[in-house]
Amino acid sequence: MTITAPELEKTIYTRPESLTSVQTHYCPGCTHGVAHRLVAEVLDEMGLREKTVGVASVGCSVFAYNYFEVDFVQAPHGRAPAMATGVKRVLPDRTVFTYQGDGDMASIGMGEIVAAAARGENITVIFINNANYGMTGGQMAPTTLPGQKTTSSPNGRDVETQGYPVRAAELLATLEGTSYSVRRSLHDPKGIRNAKRAIRTAFEVQQRGLGFSMVELLSICPTNWGMSAINAMHWIEEKMIPFYPLGDYKVHPMLAEVKI
Amino acid sequence: MAKELLKGNVAIAEAAIRAGLQAYFGYPITPQTELLEWMSARMPELGRAFVQAESELGAINMVYGAACTGARVMTSSSSPGVSLMMEGISYIAGTELPAVIVDVMRGGPGLGNIAPAQADYNQIVHGGGHGDYNLLVLAPSSVQEAVDLTVLAFDLAEKYRTIVVVLLDGSLGQMMEPAELPPMKPLKTAYPEWAARGEPGDSRRVLSSIYLDPPAEEVANVRILNRWKEVEANEVRYKEYMLEDAKIAVVGFGTSGRVALSAARAARAEGIPVGLLRPVTLNPFPNKQIERLAETVDSILVVEMNAGQMLEDVLRDVKGRVPVEFFARVGGIVPLPDEILNEIRRMASQPLSTTGHPRDRWLKRMPQIMA
Amino acid sequence: MPPKGRIVVNELFCKGCELCVDACPQDVIGLAADRLNAKGYHPAEMIEAGCTGCGICTIVCPEAAITVFREVTQSQAEGKA
Repeated sequence: MTITAPELEKTIYTRPESLTSVQTHYCPGCTHGVAHRLVAEVLDEMGLREKTVGVASVGCSVFAYNYFEVDFVQAPHGRAPAMATGVKRVLPDRTVFTYQGDGDMASIGMGEIVAAAARGENITVIFINNANYGMTGGQMAPTTLPGQKTTSSPNGRDVETQGYPVRAAELLATLEGTSYSVRRSLHDPKGIRNAKRAIRTAFEVQQRGLGFSMVELLSICPTNWGMSAINAMHWIEEKMIPFYPLGDYKVHPMLAEVKI
Repeated sequence: MAKELLKGNVAIAEAAIRAGLQAYFGYPITPQTELLEWMSARMPELGRAFVQAESELGAINMVYGAACTGARVMTSSSSPGVSLMMEGISYIAGTELPAVIVDVMRGGPGLGNIAPAQADYNQIVHGGGHGDYNLLVLAPSSVQEAVDLTVLAFDLAEKYRTIVVVLLDGSLGQMMEPAELPPMKPLKTAYPEWAARGEPGDSRRVLSSIYLDPPAEEVANVRILNRWKEVEANEVRYKEYMLEDAKIAVVGFGTSGRVALSAARAARAEGIPVGLLRPVTLNPFPNKQIERLAETVDSILVVEMNAGQMLEDVLRDVKGRVPVEFFARVGGIVPLPDEILNEIRRMASQPLSTTGHPRDRWLKRMPQIMA
Repeated sequence: MPPKGRIVVNELFCKGCELCVDACPQDVIGLAADRLNAKGYHPAEMIEAGCTGCGICTIVCPEAAITVFREVTQSQAEGKA
């Protein structure tokens, strides 16, 4: 239908400046796009767009550098926290963040992420947990749920032979160098609002020089899960959240003063 | 500045610092560790970046990140650690970034040992990582030369947007000799236009080794190769000793070149007309100089601390025009001057075989050499 | 009276995933069945009046494709602006 604009109106929401005007390669409904948008909104709100270097990883988010209107570098698979360390140590007054999927961060890059967190590296990590390897076509990830069918666990993940999923937010929270480690979900508007507040807090951690911050985001992969985006959102609620409880696993005491 | 008694690893570290090093990332591994230790004290005291990484994988990717900012950055390691760095090396090469890597080689393969070796030649000179790229490789044979080449390494890395490897063996890293350090250079303040520094007001910079479109990757490959052709045209370095009237030429790099020089001098004292060609750049390799040698001498002896990795490059240049012999100690053993002198004497006194491969003939002699 | 709003969907970005359709509390968003965008998706659009400009569609939109406007009444413009 044709909607005519009233004489007087205000803009309630518009695309954030920290996103480029490029159509993403993500599948319809994929919440990578939501996560990108939230990061971009936070960078806009904090006025950080021109002072930020992002570090892209390998996986579905391999082309993240195309979508953010900030300087970007591209890391080898799993090495984004190390690469971000290199950038941050040379440019300590810049905002540096990595954007990593579950295969990248919680499997091949487990060494780098744990070491960066343990060092209290003053970087922010956005961690997308969609319970499978999206880019390569839906194989079992370290985050795949017990019993979950993937293209490399066709009979469902058998924990006897294929082991147990990794709960990254809880794991990183055990490290002294971690100042902020939380899990949020992108499955509904409330969850997305909470996710944005967490992303904002994580960047505030970095702005204050408090050390390592990580936000885990439960995310959908409708294509590889073989369901519509809407059904995938329900799947997060029904299957993922019971295994990956949302919550704050480590929050630096100084963040009590930060009101977002 | 006056000469000081310096350990190779420490001398390289301090030379890099004085060359304007802004960030160092490394991981302990013998026989390179003193380099990292020196950096751990000096870099923070100068307000520069130092991180002892979680692994060589971590270290090389920290180098990758820092190199993206246009900073002068380096890492150092030894053979097994450098193997781990190969992934990052390929990425840095694919992103066309300057960086300096010091490889203090030890005996291998595998965990091997911590004794001096030159068996990373193929890994460093002929690749190691995936894809088409070249590393500019500098091979010092003394602590002084290690200092000088380290300083040069940073300039060459930036000039050609390439990785420069300072390749030496554990004996050079560990030995102490008098050397003169360069004066302290101020840190750079101007950065190249490609550097991703999150600089307010600058246009967006994206640094990546991805060219998903094969024609675009082909363009990148050709650009990298053309830049390498400039390196080949401008940067071949080598040292010649007593070659003017030589009938036998010894070719050796780094420590084996240095030991071979002692042997050649001893042979000269016996009246044998022998000289030495010591490649200083292993990549680009002094191909023309070797070809010229093949026209002026009667035979060539290649000496290495590996099983004939550079030998293949020499054979390619000699093209069968003169007999080539090979001598090596492997697995972490430095050849003795007398052992090389015996080879030179043998070559001067006996008709040389040209059947088979020089490596095979050497291998047949090895039981006596090892005995 | 509820506030009046409207949305504009940037059809360059929209992939017709329907998350906004599902999330809209007023049920005024649907997919344009009569056309495809350049990527071959039926883009989302307002299908009837009743948008309040709440912006929930923008919260769930993975493409940041939606701009939301809300009408400013005369009294708001004069009194509180």
